[in-house]
Amino acid sequence: MSNLMNGARILLECLVRENVDCIFGYPGGVTLPLYDVLYDHPIRHVLVRHEENAAFAASGYAHATGKAGVCCATSGPGATNLTTGLVDAMMDSIPVVALTGQVTSKLIGTDAFQEADTFGITRSCTKHNFLVKDINELAQTIHEAFYIATTGRPGPVLVDITKDVLQGQAHYTPVHEIHLPGYKLVTEGHAGQIRRAAQMMWEARRPYVYAGGGIIAAGASGELQDLVETLDAPTVCTLMGLGGLPSSHPNFVSMPGMHGSYAANMGMYECDLLIALGVRFDDRVTGRLAAFAPHAKVIHVDIDPAEIGKNRAVDLPIVGDVKKVLTKLNRHLKEFAPTMQEERAADRAEWWQTVRNWKEEHPLQPVFSATEIKPQHLMYEIDRISGGKAIVASDVGQHQMWAAQFIRFDEPRLWVNSGGLGSMGYGLPSAMGAQMACPDKTVFAIVGDGGFQMALPELATLVNYGLNVKVIIMNNGYLGMVRQWQELFYNNRKSAVELSAFPNIEHLGAAYGIKSRIVHTPAELQAGLKEAMEENGPYLMDVRVSQYENVYPMVPAGGAINEMVLAPPQPVAVPK
Amino acid sequence: MLVTLSILLENKPGALMRVTGLLSQRGYNIESLTVARTLDPTLSRMTIVVDVETRLRPHLLKQMNRLINCLQANDLTEGPNVVRELVLLRVRAAQENRTAILKEAEIFGARVVDSSVEGFALEATGDGEKLDEFVAVMATYGEIEVTRSGAVAVSLEPKKLRLSPPVPKAQGEPAGTVK
Repeated sequence: MSNLMNGARILLECLVRENVDCIFGYPGGVTLPLYDVLYDHPIRHVLVRHEENAAFAASGYAHATGKAGVCCATSGPGATNLTTGLVDAMMDSIPVVALTGQVTSKLIGTDAFQEADTFGITRSCTKHNFLVKDINELAQTIHEAFYIATTGRPGPVLVDITKDVLQGQAHYTPVHEIHLPGYKLVTEGHAGQIRRAAQMMWEARRPYVYAGGGIIAAGASGELQDLVETLDAPTVCTLMGLGGLPSSHPNFVSMPGMHGSYAANMGMYECDLLIALGVRFDDRVTGRLAAFAPHAKVIHVDIDPAEIGKNRAVDLPIVGDVKKVLTKLNRHLKEFAPTMQEERAADRAEWWQTVRNWKEEHPLQPVFSATEIKPQHLMYEIDRISGGKAIVASDVGQHQMWAAQFIRFDEPRLWVNSGGLGSMGYGLPSAMGAQMACPDKTVFAIVGDGGFQMALPELATLVNYGLNVKVIIMNNGYLGMVRQWQELFYNNRKSAVELSAFPNIEHLGAAYGIKSRIVHTPAELQAGLKEAMEENGPYLMDVRVSQYENVYPMVPAGGAINEMVLAPPQPVAVPK
Repeated sequence: MLVTLSILLENKPGALMRVTGLLSQRGYNIESLTVARTLDPTLSRMTIVVDVETRLRPHLLKQMNRLINCLQANDLTEGPNVVRELVLLRVRAAQENRTAILKEAEIFGARVVDSSVEGFALEATGDGEKLDEFVAVMATYGEIEVTRSGAVAVSLEPKKLRLSPPVPKAQGEPAGTVK
């Protein structure tokens, strides 16, 4: 059965079959045929105020659901504006499908109005990209794009569609098969390797689980929990993996890495078996590679073969979907569990005692003050409200690290942030995406005063769609993370990091019609947050935190992870 | 070090760009690149000679294999293989040198593809070093103009001998289906 329809309608038919319920986009000349069809289509279109934020919002949507987030932009500037969001999704392995309009086929290469080589520009920004110049290839391509974006190691896929394809007519035949001869998916994991992994795990005296974003992407939280409980291994979740193991789980240590806790990093250093699950040994986690887990054998499970051995030599690699691998692994572990658990009990008790001692020596503890709001205090209060259940979308910088340190996530897909690329301006639009995906959840956007101003235009989107996002601005008047590095490594010469002239948020909120409040003192903080929670709609809160607070512990770039700077060197900073 | 890669990829617009992009984004310089259709017209075979840091070789190969358009990437640098290159060379020859040039060409197994009062156009194949010598020798007879094809290579390992283009079966999951 087939019927004649235009390219735009075929496109939407495909999106419906891919269960797309929402597109973040911005229209333009060549996407007019698409927007004409969208006008009375059940798929919801969210008009953002800048295309970059469409990509970030799609990423937030994907973070919160695991489904592909869809964004859409016109040719030329629309498409080029998407690129930061695409690279961001690439770095964090987030499934995003970007649809861009392209000038009419005949005009390609003529410097036509709003023409850009989107296909060429986004080659390195995406997992894969397509240029569709033939309407008969449109449906197939769209389904392939979704398939690539959501399978294997997820990532962004862009489909560039010429205007003549969008407005041309063709018979639409539903696509039933994907043909990608070069797309190699290894998901099952090598049975022998899995068996050997189980053996190594029982042999280890100080096993340590290092779980990352792969756990979230694979939906393997349950399997992870099963594994760490069987082994009784201390577990750290990376920035991208937070929520993979509930923060309140007794085996959860905390986040490792540059701003990870002392215990988390010392565990990495002292363990004799590192069980790396869906991680990529990022430099922000490992510090100096030579000093990373120096006493440990490494088991690395990842779906992307190119990650194996990329940064750290691996003793036992397993390429596969971490959920499938862990399911089998858990079975093998349990075969020997009763006897081995008993045999290892003394080792584990000793190992846990060591970890607990580290935790007690240098705990990650929020800092409080009677006179000023410490940023950690702010995160502590947000954590109290969230109780491990709220979606927290963070921007990039100091607040991101404090949020990661102090806010608990008891489920996967609650923590939304830009980890790999570190794109400022990500927090607010990604919170919009997450809120669209999960309208019933409490959604916080925790942003700095810098990143907030990068995403400022999206306040209008919040109002337009009544998006219930609590925007919490951690305002210290500085680009705090850059300033922290200037203080520590550049003789405290604060160059271009002071953000004076921050708008009065109450006036700004009033201008947009968003309820808002400035909070100056610790005493007001709880009341402010309570008010934010009671507001059924967007809320802006400008929290004036102590200006010169820095994030600790800290592993200086290129340093060894067991050599953390635990507290600020004195004096911290010289206030003007 | 110079690495010879043999890559089987889909014969599609942009596929070449993905391969070269992977190299250029790492700042690697491509020494030579050849690409042509295989027996299966939907696929192309590419031979690339590229200067890569030794320790990054395995990683580069994995990254190549990760490209959606790439069916198979092999490193042929080590192990039994044949690498050949073609050179087209024009030499302007004085009357008294013509016989000597032809003799020399014969030694290198080169063929005359054009002969005129100006001189000869010659075609030679072989490995790169042999062709370097050929070019050097010809340069002694007069002005030359040279075009080289770059290396094409084939592995001689038994397991890599496939008469039809190898299409790896997807491990684990079958080709995807749309709901």
